[in-house]
Amino acid sequence: MAESKSLRVAYGEALAELGAVNDKVVVLDADLAHATMTSLFQAKHPERFFNFGLAEANMMGAAAGMSHSGLIPFVSTFALFGTGRAYEQIRNSIAYVNANVKFGLSHSGLSVGEDGGSHQSVEDIALMRVVPNMTIFVPCDSAETRKAVFAAAEIDGPVYIRVARPVVETFTGPDTPFFPGKANLLREGRDVCIVATGLMVKEALTAAGSLAGKGIRAAVLNVHTIKPFDSETVLAAANRCDAVVSVEEHSVIGGLGSAVAETLAGQSAATFRRLGIQDRFGQSGKPADLFKAYGLTPAHIEEACLKLLGKNI
Amino acid sequence: MSDTTLDGLAVQLRRDILEMLYRCQSGHPGGSLSVLEILMALYYKTMKTDPSNPQWEDRDRLVLSKGHGCPALYAILANKGFYPREDLWNLRQLGSHLQGHPDMAKTPGVDANTGSLGQGASIAVGMALAAKYKKASYRVFAVLGDGELQEGQIWEAAMSAAHYKLDNLTFILDHNGLQIDGSNDEVMGLGNVMDKFAAFGFECFDVDGHDIDAIAAALAAPVSGKPRFVRCRTIKGRAVSFMENNAGWHGKPMNAQEFESAMKELGGKQNG
Repeated sequence: MAESKSLRVAYGEALAELGAVNDKVVVLDADLAHATMTSLFQAKHPERFFNFGLAEANMMGAAAGMSHSGLIPFVSTFALFGTGRAYEQIRNSIAYVNANVKFGLSHSGLSVGEDGGSHQSVEDIALMRVVPNMTIFVPCDSAETRKAVFAAAEIDGPVYIRVARPVVETFTGPDTPFFPGKANLLREGRDVCIVATGLMVKEALTAAGSLAGKGIRAAVLNVHTIKPFDSETVLAAANRCDAVVSVEEHSVIGGLGSAVAETLAGQSAATFRRLGIQDRFGQSGKPADLFKAYGLTPAHIEEACLKLLGKNI
Repeated sequence: MSDTTLDGLAVQLRRDILEMLYRCQSGHPGGSLSVLEILMALYYKTMKTDPSNPQWEDRDRLVLSKGHGCPALYAILANKGFYPREDLWNLRQLGSHLQGHPDMAKTPGVDANTGSLGQGASIAVGMALAAKYKKASYRVFAVLGDGELQEGQIWEAAMSAAHYKLDNLTFILDHNGLQIDGSNDEVMGLGNVMDKFAAFGFECFDVDGHDIDAIAAALAAPVSGKPRFVRCRTIKGRAVSFMENNAGWHGKPMNAQEFESAMKELGGKQNG
């Protein structure tokens, strides 16, 4: 049985590890260190951990100032309060001048669960995608989260790492490639291409396995970097198939589905459907129940693939 | 520089500011004229800078949080030799390194991007905190507008400056009492700003914001263990009588007659 770990724990562990080899790395949090797991960095490097209290706008600006002074700040809070409340600080104080600030924002998407719609960011990728200079990583498991943290530190400019809360199986390995901006083809297939990101990658692989039992060959692409978007790989995969399905734990507006649509438009004959949150807010519930209610299970992915291929189900 | 020389320089810098703004027919005269002596005290009396090495690591940093006052900063940076004075006449033009609001990536000597009010104070906090962490000796100055104090982020920044005991950080207020829609009191009263910053844990000073020596003295006074706040009482549109204390000149271009009249009133040497 593979190891299971929360992405936020992997994030905190990776930060602590990165801090040990790079003394320019500092971490800022807004009274959520024990939720974002930056507490793991704080325990190892207390002199480089700065709590800003419940003041996200100021935290973002201070991170900009620290980066102007040669440090590499990793800023953490919940995805909603980072990308939402402090949007304009990220835009003007940080991205506008390509400041070297990283955002490891946790509790993204519906998988926050019981806290409900007020805390479930389903629009954060969209908000960050439209900001010039921004890089966006959406890791699928703990191993990929670690790679995203180390890769972010190597990029000169703002990087958003979208971190999910649940404990999930670590199904990629330390040697699985992670090249920023390069999607990973996890499974070959010539009938339908499932383009997935974050926690939906595992669900897509499960759906592809089930489809294989029905004679359908489904490719699975892991788009761990939403921006810059790997249009080349997505288009090539789409053009080998008859249909494309995108799946993400995010609004279908502005996130992965939009990026895929922008890529396919006018360039691919494949039929296409976006799975994700259909322009609505989240609500309280267990993550698994929410995924069922919002159409984000392997069964939903399988059904969408079969429909696009014109198979009776 | 002697004080009489600085008085003469203030006249020339005001002429540069007005000419920049007249040529581009946009920008903010009122707040550029009110903030001038504050920036002169910083650049000619207080701050360590090196025009031949704008990125010098140990330089003191200025964050012009009221970014719309940048014509005053640009005129000073040109005078200090960060770039040629002729560049001033390209203010706000396509391709110019002198943007409508400060841009550190484009303008030599500019230490932070500002213009969206409230944000510069936080950037300055980050710079001061980084200096503490790196055990560097540089100081950080943020120049705030009074209307800007209505932004909640200013008070978040103030809280964190005191929390982290940033005695290498100074907030300077250009308190001219006016903002776009009228006086501070009409738009959103600020109350007693001295009491407010004192309550937030700052060491506070209150000076005539057009007296360069008084400003420099407040910036030089020893302060330990807490951030510094210097309230500078200023006059919006200072030294141009039809602009003085007139909110209408916050962001209005001059016509030819107004420009001529303003330059005549300022006196000093003809620009070229």
